Order: sequence, then structure tokens, then C-alpha cells
Amino acid sequence: MLTKEDIAKRIAKEVKDRYFVNLGIGIPTLVANYVREDITVEFQSENGVLGMGPFPFAGEEDADIINAGKQTITTLPGASFFDSAFSFGMIRSKKVDLTILGAMEVSENGDIANWKIPGKMVKGMGGAMDLVASAENIIVAMMHVNKAGESKILKKCTLPLTGVGCVKKVVTELAVLEITPKGFKLLERAPGVSVEHIIASTEANLIIEGEIPEMIID
Amino acid sequence: MINKKVNTVQEALQGIENGMTIMFGGFGLCGIPENSIAEMVQKGTKNLTCISNNAGVDDFGLGLLLQKKQIKKMISSYVGENAEFERQMLSGELEVDLIPQGTLAERCRAAQAGIPAFFTPAGYGTEIAEGKEVREFNGKMHIMEHAFKADFAIVKAWKGDEAGNLIFKGTARNFNACMAGAGKITIAEVEELVPVGTLDPNQIHIPGIMVQRIFQGEKFEKRIEQRTVRQRQ
Repeated sequence: MLTKEDIAKRIAKEVKDRYFVNLGIGIPTLVANYVREDITVEFQSENGVLGMGPFPFAGEEDADIINAGKQTITTLPGASFFDSAFSFGMIRSKKVDLTILGAMEVSENGDIANWKIPGKMVKGMGGAMDLVASAENIIVAMMHVNKAGESKILKKCTLPLTGVGCVKKVVTELAVLEITPKGFKLLERAPGVSVEHIIASTEANLIIEGEIPEMIID
Repeated sequence: MINKKVNTVQEALQGIENGMTIMFGGFGLCGIPENSIAEMVQKGTKNLTCISNNAGVDDFGLGLLLQKKQIKKMISSYVGENAEFERQMLSGELEVDLIPQGTLAERCRAAQAGIPAFFTPAGYGTEIAEGKEVREFNGKMHIMEHAFKADFAIVKAWKGDEAGNLIFKGTARNFNACMAGAGKITIAEVEELVPVGTLDPNQIHIPGIMVQRIFQGEKFEKRIEQRTVRQRQ
């Protein structure tokens, strides 16, 4: 079973040279730490920065330079700042190549729910609805099952949706799944996790063709 | 030069009354007009509808107005850092309209740009789209969203001059640049107010025509919400 860092490491392999990438809060943020050093990637944060760098050294934090998770950050050479409307303009006009975000539920037609649990948790969608409605390449980083052991990989989402038919790939602690017109296709399994375990942990149907390889993390 | 300078925050906020709709710039606590918010608490203006991406934290930003129950309705995209907010929302004391962040920004920009409505794909197929006009463009579904109508827009900039020209710093530009000119009256509080002729016209982010009143804030705490650092090797 993968740790959160392992999930981030596996997703980092999906990041290609010259990509502009938007990372959501949580596991997606960790992906930046594991992108190959021999490729060039620019990170966009929807609060208005392109060319985000690592966290600042202690004592060098600037309250005016943060990411969408409200964390203090730095910028790399070539970075730029812009306003919120412009930021979502570049997202809607598909200038951002890859969006990586978290989810509470994903369904087999690519629907995603991650902003609201009626009566319990209502934090808001932030930029997630805009991102999933426009991005062409969306990878979800999430846990396969909830704390009660119930699958979050579903035939149909039960929570209020963030977007419809938009997710392309899901990486969980158990598996890498691709969303095809016929539903979830099992691409890879976590080291030491059996196909049977994944089937038992998944409410949705899985398309399984041939031998399913183990994920390569490092 | 048409002079927009006012000397005090009190003068800047004149005319703000109970029940008005007010835009507040900022993202989280970054770039919020903190002097104006502090004065709003002093004034005690009530039943406000606030358009702001976030609702501050319990003891800073718009959280201060929430504590005093001065806000009737919040229009925001993300409100996760504020326990008092959550309490008031779940108990029904506070009306909350949560809308996608890009839609929020564009509804400000539309007001600023004199565009009454626009179509966006954000929220199609979700509860956000309920009751809204839907149209297909280039094979993709979009929903119609309207420009905001606000009595006041209160923004914060790094530098400004007496003509109301504004320059922002870093990611503090965020909603401030979209809201300037999006209310009937725009108030700008700046860290540094300089005489006209000091700022390079090439560097201006928002031209003074969008700003009716400008003042230099007395002090800026510029609180950091998530202080994240790395260790030196």
C-alpha cells in the first residue's frame, strides 16, 4: 500500500517536459518534490502566480507571496504574477497542461466530488470547479477507501459533484486507474497489493486485461 | 490630475451603510484591506453582503466582521479556515453563496468591464448550475453567470498615487485587481501613497479612473496564514 508521498511520486511520473501544471491542496502539492530533475516544468497556482518555486528559507517568508493553499512560497526565474480573473483565463483557455487534485469520490464516467458533504462539511469549491471544467488532462490523487473501509471509487458519485466526465486518471494507495469510455481500467497495482484486494476495495466495476504490473515508485 | 486622496480611513469609508453589498479584495489573508476592515468593525455597519474569495480567519480579516455579526451574507469560493463562519452557516444565521473561484473573479471583472453576463463551463452538471441558462458552444456546455452589482469595492494595493493609480505586489494582486472599479465606488488602501508623477505609467496595474478614494493605511500586519519554510542544507 502506498503512502501519500508514494502516491505523489507515482503521479510525478505523469508530469512531462515543458508542462504547465496546477497542483491542488494536499497530496498534489507533494508532487512538485518528485518531478524529474532533467525536465522543465512550470507550476501555476490559481491565486495568481506562474513559476512557483519551493518554500522559502526560514526568515525569508513574504506575506505577499503565497500559493492557493495560503502557504508561503518562492518564485523561480521567469516567474510572473497576475490577477485572479487572468489566472482562470489561462485555465479556461487550456494553457495549463495538467491539473492534479484531490477527491472524495470519483465515478466510472469521470465525475468528481470534492467540495461538500451536505450537513457536515462545507468549505467551498475554491478553484476546483473551474479547473475540472476546463482542463483536458486531470489526474486525481486520493485514498481508495474511506476511514470506514468503504470504496471512494464508485459507479456513481453520492456527494454533490464538482465536475462531470472530466477525470482521466486516478492514483490511490492501491492502484492506478484510467477512466475509459467503458469505465475504470486497472493499469497498475501498488507493490504487494493483489488484484483481488483492489477488486474487493472498489465498488465500481474494473476492466482488467492481462497481467497487471506493479507500480514503479522510485 | 483628478485627486482621489482622502486623509483617513474614516473619510474613505463614508457612505457605507447597513444592508449594502461590498467587495473586499484579497486571497486568504494575502492582500486584504485590513485597515478598512478594522474601521468597518469600529463603525459597526450591519447586514452587509460581502463578496470576498474567503472569509478570513477567526480573529483577522473578515472574520472580525463575522464575530460582531455584521455580515448577513457571504459570497465566496472557499471558507475553510474559519470556525465561527462554519458555526454561523450551519446554524442558519449566515447566508452563504459559494461559487467557483474563476466565476467569482470573472463576475468581478465583468462588473469592472461593463459586461452584464458571460458563459463559463465551470459548474456545469453540478448544483451550481441549477436554475441557470445553459448553452452549448463548440460542443461544450456552459452556464450563464452575471456581473456582480456592489455598492462599494474595497481593495488593497502596494503603492498608489493621488490620482488613484495602483501597483500591486506579488500574489496580493489576486482579487484586488478584478474588484477595482467593479463597485459603484472603489476605495483603495495602499501601503505607500505617493505624489503623482512618482510612479512610472508603464508599471501601473490599475489606472486611477477605477478608483474614487485612496488613502495610505496606518499600519499593515500582513499576517501569514500558513507559514511554510524549508531548512537550509
